[in-house]
Amino acid sequence: MSASLEIQLIAMITAIACALPGVFLVLRRMAMMSDAISHTVLLGIVLGFFLVGRVDSPWLIPAAALMGLVTVALTELLIRTRLVKEDAAIGIVFPALFSIAVILISRYASGVHLDTDAVLLGELAFAPFDRLAFWGLDLPRGLVVMSATLLANIALIALFYKELKLATFDASLAATLGLSPVLIHYGLMAMVSVTAVGAFDVVGSILVVALMITPPAAAYLLTDRLSRMLLISVGLAAASALTGFWLARWLDANIAGSMATASGLLFLLVMLFAPGRGLLSLARRRVRLKWEFAQTMLTIHLLNHEGTAAAEMECRVDHLWEHMRWQPDFAENAIRFAERKGTVRRSGGILFLTAEGRALARQEMTH
Amino acid sequence: MDFFLQLFFDYTVRTVALGAAVLGLTSGALGTFAVLRRQSLLGDAMSHAALPGVVLAFMLTGSKSPLVLMLGAAAAGILGTLLMLAITRFTRIKEDSGLGIILSVFFGFGLMLLTFLQRSPAANQAGLNTFLFGQAATLLERDVVAMAGLGGLALLVTVLFWKEFKLLSFDRDFGQSLGFPMTLLDILLTTLLVIAIVIGLQAVGVVLMSAMIVAPAAAARQWTDRLGIMVVLSAFFGALAGISGALISSLERGLSTGPVVVLAISLLVLVAFLFAGNRGLAWQWLQRRRRRRRLQLETVLSNMLKLAEQHEDLRHPHHVAVLRAMDYGRGGVLRTLAVLAERGDVVRVGEDTWSLTEKGIREARASGPRSTGDGRAGG
Repeated sequence: MSASLEIQLIAMITAIACALPGVFLVLRRMAMMSDAISHTVLLGIVLGFFLVGRVDSPWLIPAAALMGLVTVALTELLIRTRLVKEDAAIGIVFPALFSIAVILISRYASGVHLDTDAVLLGELAFAPFDRLAFWGLDLPRGLVVMSATLLANIALIALFYKELKLATFDASLAATLGLSPVLIHYGLMAMVSVTAVGAFDVVGSILVVALMITPPAAAYLLTDRLSRMLLISVGLAAASALTGFWLARWLDANIAGSMATASGLLFLLVMLFAPGRGLLSLARRRVRLKWEFAQTMLTIHLLNHEGTAAAEMECRVDHLWEHMRWQPDFAENAIRFAERKGTVRRSGGILFLTAEGRALARQEMTH
Repeated sequence: MDFFLQLFFDYTVRTVALGAAVLGLTSGALGTFAVLRRQSLLGDAMSHAALPGVVLAFMLTGSKSPLVLMLGAAAAGILGTLLMLAITRFTRIKEDSGLGIILSVFFGFGLMLLTFLQRSPAANQAGLNTFLFGQAATLLERDVVAMAGLGGLALLVTVLFWKEFKLLSFDRDFGQSLGFPMTLLDILLTTLLVIAIVIGLQAVGVVLMSAMIVAPAAAARQWTDRLGIMVVLSAFFGALAGISGALISSLERGLSTGPVVVLAISLLVLVAFLFAGNRGLAWQWLQRRRRRRRLQLETVLSNMLKLAEQHEDLRHPHHVAVLRAMDYGRGGVLRTLAVLAERGDVVRVGEDTWSLTEKGIREARASGPRSTGDGRAGG
């Protein structure tokens, strides 16, 4: 495998592994916990490094994941004292823990592989140089770690799909049925922590947030089904990873940052063009509603005067200004809309209702 | 002593301390409103979103003048905030996800631009890196002047719109009904918050600047219930943490300022959470214990009265075991009796028997029915 192919593979697998727990974070409105956890796992790594003495020990992963859970617990403890609100609690706990980690690194671990720039930027470009040989295979470490994380995430979500779904959409029903909300909450947080540790090594802490939140948020605008949201998130995550890689290559820039940018661009596209929920279709719906309302007004007006002595006068096109305060342009557009819909007919500057138009007006008036 | 002399005469140290004081003062004062309005994490998103603004401002102008970079940062911060509002307003995505998207995507975009600059040989981008974790030691006099100018402006506007901002923070709807342009005021206050963040970026860095918005205000909140005092206290805490953090970090090579400042302010938060009067955890604990003690005294006294009322003589002695039974075996009855004896409410009559005094009877009647047991239980 060439280095560039390996990097793309790692990027894709990392993005997918992050997007899976991210779906539940977005749905449970806990997106900012990923920000907190992805920062504080660094403290876990540093403390684990002091204990074990090696940066590449596999024990650092559980240590770091544990620190993620400690962050969640500390934040909740702070909320429970009722001294501060939830947002402030998050905003106090994780910068403090992250600062301790950064200071510890710069004082006691500066010579080692841990350096603070790598923490934020990630070192995806160098991932192929850090290799792991086992069972006669020779693979990049990041690829092995992230593949294992991805498999674990898939297995956990598949195994507890029903429970996660219920706890996410109807927490009180889940609790009534005997599913412990605390267990599910901490289980999910553990998944986020482990994923963040693995991904953080490859792509840096801030990008973990981008990969966890942005593809699921975009997927949330595209579907109403959890299973489809998971699949679409995976697709968007992979697309962000590949686009980001080639963007980085083209600009000779940091891969992690480019992947975040790509995921943001994809989100923007979805936000604008998503069928039904995108800004474009929202705007279009608003315009259509406007003309439909005008059409209804017009048919009711015509129905009122139909067959009366004043009909010839009231149903003239240029009379609409008197009666409805419609500007000539607006009136013309409204009449064209109604003509297209087949509710109104025009002949010689006088408007007539069609059978459909009469039906529409009657139906709207009896509402 | 040498250290303090150096403090006053060393140009670098003085500049650094002044700069840190300005940043702490501004972010502390304006952070108060963010925390009260539950927008703590908006500060986090804004400060991350500022990074591409800094880099783009440098790319477009080629200048590293503080005002240019700060304006770029502010523009990006405001754009990020507007986008976040658009996402939560026009789609069904909630605030937390909106913040996460803006924070990470803008920061990622900033990193992309920064590394793009670093690898292009022509540009002299050295120094932009310090915007990640901050480096107070790199502050020059012109930086501090720019910071003080912007910060002073922001604080002046806050004072001018004091009443309106107070209304916005506590009862927006009431303000609206009085005819104040609440949306405009909201935009103004958010802009001021962006300014406060931008001022601190060079010294504290985009990653940890958000803590300077949240933490001083969270600490100040514990000490007071009045907005005016809270703003002043928060500004003071911010400045204190800023100065101490900046000085400590400039004494040592390779130590970024951001983390040290954040640790300093976190310490202040911890002290406030534990020891602040009225709200602090230690104070709460003491209150609870005092309440529990008083309740116990009153209960035992009242139980004794109830027993005594079964007899001709109200000073009829009672056995401890009976009082214990009436107290549902909660324990501490003997200790409570000792305290009551000290106050002159009861006297020890025999080995294990106690009786009420005149004073005790009066007090038991005054404190009302609070006995735990049914009077007929004893005898």
